[in-house]
Amino acid sequence: MLIFQHSRPGRRAQAQAPADQAPLEGIPEAFRRRNRPRLPEVSELQAVRHYTKLSQKNFSIDTQFYPLGSCTMKYNPRGANAMAMLPGLVDRHPLAPESHSQGFLSAMYELQEILKSVTGMAAVSLAPMAGAQGEFAGVAMIRAYHDARGDQERREILVPDAAHGTNPATAVMCGYQAREIPTLPSGDVDLEALEAALGPRTAGIMLTNPSTLGVFERHIDRIARMVHQAGGLLYYDGANLNAILGRVRPGDMGFDVIHVNLHKTFAAPHGGGGPGAGPVGVSERLAPYLPVPLVAFDGHDYHLLTEKERPDTIGRLSAFGGNAGVLLRAYVYARMLGAEGMKRVADFATLNANYLMKRLVEAGFTAAYPGRRATHEFIITLKPEAKELGVNAMDFAKRLLDFDMHAPTTYFPLLVPECFLIEPTETEAKEALDAFVEAMVKIREEARQEPEKVKGAPCNLPVRRLDDVRAARELDLKWEPKGETG
Amino acid sequence: MSEIPDDLKYTSTHEWARDEGDGIVAVGITDHAQELLGDLVYVELPEVGTDLGAGAECAVVESVKAASDIYSPLDGEVVEVNETLADSPEAINEAPYEQWIFKLKMADPAQLDNLMDAAAYAAAVEAEEH
Repeated sequence: MLIFQHSRPGRRAQAQAPADQAPLEGIPEAFRRRNRPRLPEVSELQAVRHYTKLSQKNFSIDTQFYPLGSCTMKYNPRGANAMAMLPGLVDRHPLAPESHSQGFLSAMYELQEILKSVTGMAAVSLAPMAGAQGEFAGVAMIRAYHDARGDQERREILVPDAAHGTNPATAVMCGYQAREIPTLPSGDVDLEALEAALGPRTAGIMLTNPSTLGVFERHIDRIARMVHQAGGLLYYDGANLNAILGRVRPGDMGFDVIHVNLHKTFAAPHGGGGPGAGPVGVSERLAPYLPVPLVAFDGHDYHLLTEKERPDTIGRLSAFGGNAGVLLRAYVYARMLGAEGMKRVADFATLNANYLMKRLVEAGFTAAYPGRRATHEFIITLKPEAKELGVNAMDFAKRLLDFDMHAPTTYFPLLVPECFLIEPTETEAKEALDAFVEAMVKIREEARQEPEKVKGAPCNLPVRRLDDVRAARELDLKWEPKGETG
Repeated sequence: MSEIPDDLKYTSTHEWARDEGDGIVAVGITDHAQELLGDLVYVELPEVGTDLGAGAECAVVESVKAASDIYSPLDGEVVEVNETLADSPEAINEAPYEQWIFKLKMADPAQLDNLMDAAAYAAAVEAEEH
């Protein structure tokens, strides 16, 4: 039921209603709306019940096994939330002077230092408001670097075909052409194709390591040498940092620039498009171009560095200094873990993924990259099941919901047909992993005995299988009362 | 096994090309491609008059599973696009070899010989399956 269907003319949530009509003078006639907005008219309690009930229908990390993993959202420890909500932090005005913001600035400075240390980069800026903006800032710095050297011929960014779709999009947004590099059947980058693509037009390469195929790129040191020799720079997409946190540092692999998704690896909450935080780290040669503001410490006080102190910066990415609330949660999370704890994150994330992969393979499912060790995630292909039983990855995914589990990522990466990309993360207990394997085996059994049940799943949820094809073809995004249009 | 008509030419990226005579080819996607993509919900057509190089991205087909680029099989100029697909992308699922997406005026008709014949394409699909 939509909230509009609860609506009765004249009903109001009095507590929130303004006492007086706000005066309209000062708003030019041209900008005033002719008709009242068509908003639902409900009481406060109706609104509360409506949205609480909706939230109860939701699947979430707090209520169900959620093998989308850090790619979407891993568990957000409550302690980080509590600390970030301290009144001294929440009540600080973004325009408060530095002298009144020393506590907040010290936390941001330390977060910069922690991220430098765990990624092996020379300098970090917390300014980007999301992963995509971090990518944009990263490639903008690559461009600023080449431009500053008068190296205008470099117009291409190389992107392996296993990359996240955001990578080529970022390259194009920064005025580059994206050039695709194929992947070998083993999951590694095709070095011969890379060699052939490198040249005086190469501005850089964007790599995710471990890749979206759930395997670690084994020739990363060679790739770094090849790209550097050709005069290009290396960009590290931090989406899969969870697998190597505290164990391997992108800076040591030879990367020149990295973005870190704090809302993924550092357990800050996000969803529905934000807010996120995508700090960027750089090697020495890119440091002058970092987006501002940066936080500096003179041994006594913390200061914000802006365009004045950083004349070569690519500039600002927002009016203030990034998503403070997300940055604070990530800071507390990092401090709770410490350097040793971060290693445990990577250890348990990969242990859980490898355990789950091994158990699924033992149960007869097909690993997409057999013989490769899983990183923090792995891929199984349900192509044999689709062929033999006529039940595809989407059917398995929908039926998992009936088993009270969120489905893993389906049909991504595109290189693997009928795939599940499974990422349990470090916080799942063995029992949860075992229950997932049992559910998968049970669903396969059902697919043999009563395939229609699996194809029609979910069966036990408030809604059955949604017709996503029709929803996409016949977009219906606006509520209209019956009999009215326009 | 998907359908692969003998009288067409094919690319490794799953486009088909049909010689329409007068230096014109019609281009679409193969039965195998539409099977992989699943139900199409959107087709982005190229603009008439665009000059394309062989292998250039020139159109997009989108299903609920994925969006996929379509590459020009040959050098040439787009002379006609199948406007009906904008409203009924599912027509490609129903009849992939009847629904051409665009027509090219070939720059060099000899390039047709560079494309795969049905047997070669069948072998390529077979190889991809394993």
